[in-house]
Amino acid sequence: MNRVRRNKTAIILFIIPTLILFCTIIIVPIFMDVYYSFFKWNGMTAPEFIGADNYIELFSSKAMGFPRTIKNAFILAGLSVFIQLPISLFMAIVLARGVKWEKFFVALFFTPVLISTVVIGQLWLKMYNPQYGIINSFLRLVGLDNLCRTWLGDGRTALPAVFVPILWQYIGYHMLLLYAGVKSIPEELNEAAKIDGANSWQIARLITIPNLKPTLQVCTIFAITGSLKAFDLIYVLTGGGPAHASEVPSTLMVDMIFGRSRYGIGSTIAVFIIFLCFFFAVLIKKVFKTEVD
Amino acid sequence: MHGKIGKGIGNKVIFVFLCIWALVQIFPIYWMFTFSLKDNSEIFGKNMIGLPHVWRWSNYIDALKVGNIGRYFLNSVFVTVATIMITTICALLATYALTRMEWKGQKLANSLIMLGLTVPIHAAILPVFIVLKKFHMTNSYWALIIPYAAFALAMAILICESFIEGVPRELEEAACIDGCGVYGIFVRIIIPMMRPCLSTVAIFTFLQAWNELMFAVTFISDSKFRTLPVGIQTLCGSYTTDWGPIGAALVIATFPTLLIYCFMSEKIQESMAAGAVKG
Repeated sequence: MNRVRRNKTAIILFIIPTLILFCTIIIVPIFMDVYYSFFKWNGMTAPEFIGADNYIELFSSKAMGFPRTIKNAFILAGLSVFIQLPISLFMAIVLARGVKWEKFFVALFFTPVLISTVVIGQLWLKMYNPQYGIINSFLRLVGLDNLCRTWLGDGRTALPAVFVPILWQYIGYHMLLLYAGVKSIPEELNEAAKIDGANSWQIARLITIPNLKPTLQVCTIFAITGSLKAFDLIYVLTGGGPAHASEVPSTLMVDMIFGRSRYGIGSTIAVFIIFLCFFFAVLIKKVFKTEVD
Repeated sequence: MHGKIGKGIGNKVIFVFLCIWALVQIFPIYWMFTFSLKDNSEIFGKNMIGLPHVWRWSNYIDALKVGNIGRYFLNSVFVTVATIMITTICALLATYALTRMEWKGQKLANSLIMLGLTVPIHAAILPVFIVLKKFHMTNSYWALIIPYAAFALAMAILICESFIEGVPRELEEAACIDGCGVYGIFVRIIIPMMRPCLSTVAIFTFLQAWNELMFAVTFISDSKFRTLPVGIQTLCGSYTTDWGPIGAALVIATFPTLLIYCFMSEKIQESMAAGAVKG
């Protein structure tokens, strides 16, 4: 058996396809991003080494507004953690406790997660339509005409207007993870608490939530890194506009690379997105660890 | 306070609340189905949220004919199926080598792959684009399939690794004594035993590849290779006035997912939860 387990040819044959895919598409590109971030390059002429100029421009250029995209991503991350997750947690606990049509509700709430973000985006685009959209029509119907807006075209409302569908779509995802988490808590714990006279609120606070820590950690990581990576819905709804009001790092990156052929600065933004994702993944794991101790 | 009556009322309130929330989550999807069958005069005022007065299936024909949605649909199917196949095969092979075989650098390879869970797909977009452009491959199916497979692999391997723990090593040893080599063990023991987790991997990969937008929209400019997300983007960009066919296109893009979900909702929920908790 040991000879079988150490069969060199087999090992190489088995691992090579994965390693090739992995290295060429995921690992090497990270280094290429870092490398290109020190160059000024439009993809046609020869790249010109400019040191840290891209990094300086990224943080000083008002016209590009990179700091604002970071701010927008952080707002989205904050909303995800403090609005989306609590709603999901509440739903998960209520559903897992057992209500009529429990399975049906779980299945229903999860449906938006499965639908393509482009479809979701186009749907909300239609709902936000200033003339014919459902939202403005509803406001007119109930006599709140003065609240009607060109939701996605107005710099003041564009950002919240793109955040609503993003939060809406993924509530079901977090709910499902937390629901599975609640279901995996041994029933005896709840029974014991009930015998001791605990009410549902106390059970939720003292038993369910502490036992959900690992799932909550995963959800928090997903919510935050997901916000830093957010692209699809914003790209479909506003493309980052109007006047960059709803721009996030990834839409700015795509605009720089494919809209303006500024490969160097696009790579610099990519480096930042990668860095932030790793940074927050590690940070959240640390936070949850210290809390458990 | 905690009597049966109080509890009964509490449960009713919660039930009503859940119903309202269900409406919030499902309304846009319901609305999509209804407006895909209406004409503008109904959508724009006469009958905004009700069922259509006249069921205009012609919207679907328009979406397929004028909008070319059929072609995009087939492209999406091809890209997704190829991605699932490559991901599954690579993940199975790699999982066996990573968990059951013994070699130097095994730990390193494993942690490298786990790293892949955190790397955002954004990291690859420019380098992959440059390479594809050099080889004149930007407008091809492979321009999407290879990156999709690479980014689906980490999760696929993670799912397979946790599943293979339940496959007893004694089975392999018995096969070995019976004269099976490593390839025989892999094909006759491991692949059949791993079958249940393959559907989990397939579901994960399907959702990723079917819905992906960023790569598809930046790499593909030739309409011959457009996948559904890009096709819908272009369709909606060029036919802004007629909402019915757009709705039909949205339904066509959503339908396969919803259909699969109807038949295997619990399996899909299980897969999505399992993958995440292990990540």
